Amino acid sequence: MYTQALNDRPAAAAVEDADQAERFQARIDAEDRIEANDWMPEAYRRTLVRQISQHAHSEIIGQLPEGNWITRAPSLRRKAALLAKVQDECGHGLYLYAAAETLDASREELMDQLMEGRARYSSIFNYPATTWADIGAIGWLVDGAAIMNQIPLCRCSYGPYARAMIRVCKEESFHQRQGFEIMMTLCNGTVAQKAMAQDALNRWWWPCLMMFGPPDGASQHSDQSTRWKIKRFSNDALRQKFVDATVPQAEYLGLTLPDPALAFDAATGHWTHGEIDWDEFKQVLAGNGPCNRDRIEARRAAHENGEWVRAAAAAFAAKQSQRQAA
Amino acid sequence: MAGGPGLRRFFEDENMATNTITVSETPLVLYALRRADDSLILGHRLSEWCGHAPTLEEDMALANIGLDLIGQARSLYGYAAEVEPREDGRSANDEDGYAYFRDAGQYRNLLLCEQPNRDFACTMVRQFFYSAFTDPYWRAMTSSSDPTLAAVAAKSEKESAYHLRHAAEWLIRLGDGTEESHARTQRAVDALWSFTGELFDADDAEDSLVADRLVVHPSAFRDIWSDTVDVGFARAGLRRPDGAWMQRGGRGGRHSEHLGPLLAEMQHLQRSHPGARW
Repeated sequence: MYTQALNDRPAAAAVEDADQAERFQARIDAEDRIEANDWMPEAYRRTLVRQISQHAHSEIIGQLPEGNWITRAPSLRRKAALLAKVQDECGHGLYLYAAAETLDASREELMDQLMEGRARYSSIFNYPATTWADIGAIGWLVDGAAIMNQIPLCRCSYGPYARAMIRVCKEESFHQRQGFEIMMTLCNGTVAQKAMAQDALNRWWWPCLMMFGPPDGASQHSDQSTRWKIKRFSNDALRQKFVDATVPQAEYLGLTLPDPALAFDAATGHWTHGEIDWDEFKQVLAGNGPCNRDRIEARRAAHENGEWVRAAAAAFAAKQSQRQAA
Repeated sequence: MAGGPGLRRFFEDENMATNTITVSETPLVLYALRRADDSLILGHRLSEWCGHAPTLEEDMALANIGLDLIGQARSLYGYAAEVEPREDGRSANDEDGYAYFRDAGQYRNLLLCEQPNRDFACTMVRQFFYSAFTDPYWRAMTSSSDPTLAAVAAKSEKESAYHLRHAAEWLIRLGDGTEESHARTQRAVDALWSFTGELFDADDAEDSLVADRLVVHPSAFRDIWSDTVDVGFARAGLRRPDGAWMQRGGRGGRHSEHLGPLLAEMQHLQRSHPGARW
């Protein structure tokens, strides 16, 4: 409904032939940007809708764990910063749903998929934010991990997504610094505050490593996405980048990463980490994380409680256009 | 007393028993705190919507208005801290001192601002009543003889104009939308009407500032407020309540039951870690 200009796309089967597919891949190989009205293989479109909508859902669901601390933020400066941050996330969601709309996927349809449990969002938001230090840890680690994933997306072959990511990344990097600054304040604070920071790190570290997805050998979609330049780095490569960046930051804070196996490999110049509990990851994806049900319930409640408001706005708009026509 | 000698000492030591601050409420301090408290409490209420609003656009709009109001509160608390007289040896209060270490009875906000969000109609009607006052109020306050208050007003005036437009548009949309939205909005108007009288009140302390041309008397905005409300109601098809009885007390620290839980939630972290910096 928001993308009428694009609704007249020719039926995919009629035009999708080997020549077009070849020309399409040649454009990708030449680092050309694909735009909304350009021809694209159906599978490319579907992959992008899947990825962009998951990303949008993650932003909207991601409002909830941090949002629960806005009313309890411990200073007015923190309160304003957190409210602005969670508002940014909503804005990212909106921006990304709009990018998905350029691919003929309506926001309503995507939201329905989310609320009916047919669409995924990042596993990380199924963990609870139980102390103020979690707000620091989420900014520092979760947004830090998100940036690792998202910076390469600024060069994604699909133009509207790539351009959306440029703005999203700028804001995320600000959030990441804000989170680190919260952690720094806690680590330089009282004994109780430092313990709070360590406890948050202990709880968020492993789920953050899982954010990058299954190890390369087990990932289903990577190969084709890489050819299409939707994905430019493998899960493991991005995860390694994140670990290498984060270890010295934790050290600077005087915190201990909860991984006794963590070690620097002088030969490769990288930090190696212990085994990730992939069973836990699978359980969270399957809906059994500590907060999966709460998150979807909260989203559904917002949607249902807002139903009469949206209906009123639609009814009023209809009356207005009738009046104008009369 | 149960709890052993440690706990007994805790309660016997007057300084340990509470971390509530004391405030020297000169007329100017009291004025700044009243307006700051209005903004903070209403901003806090709006922030409760974050992540839960009827549309994503509205989620962002409510957060935006909340941020404006929290920003106004911070400026006014900062000014109160600057002008509050200090007794010997006592360090100055600051914005977080005022926000986090005053009890409900020390809060000076309008009862209107602390009313719960309830539903979207209630939130919008509350905002409409408040912004229909603050829009002309801050515009007039830009000519305050106090340069700080004039500067706060210059910023707040622009924000309030947008808040009023946003709330009025929703008032009309909801009032003239569906049967359900109309009923909910009329119910919200009826529920909140008795809290609007307090908008125009001033006491002796504020009168003295009016005499010095630092502030404008709030009663000067009764007619313009009333006109704005009537125009909005007419376009929304809403009925102006007949009841003339108005609730009062917020300016003097006598609040509804709703402020206590709000403050308990807002203040708990600061209060349970005395002396910590965040």
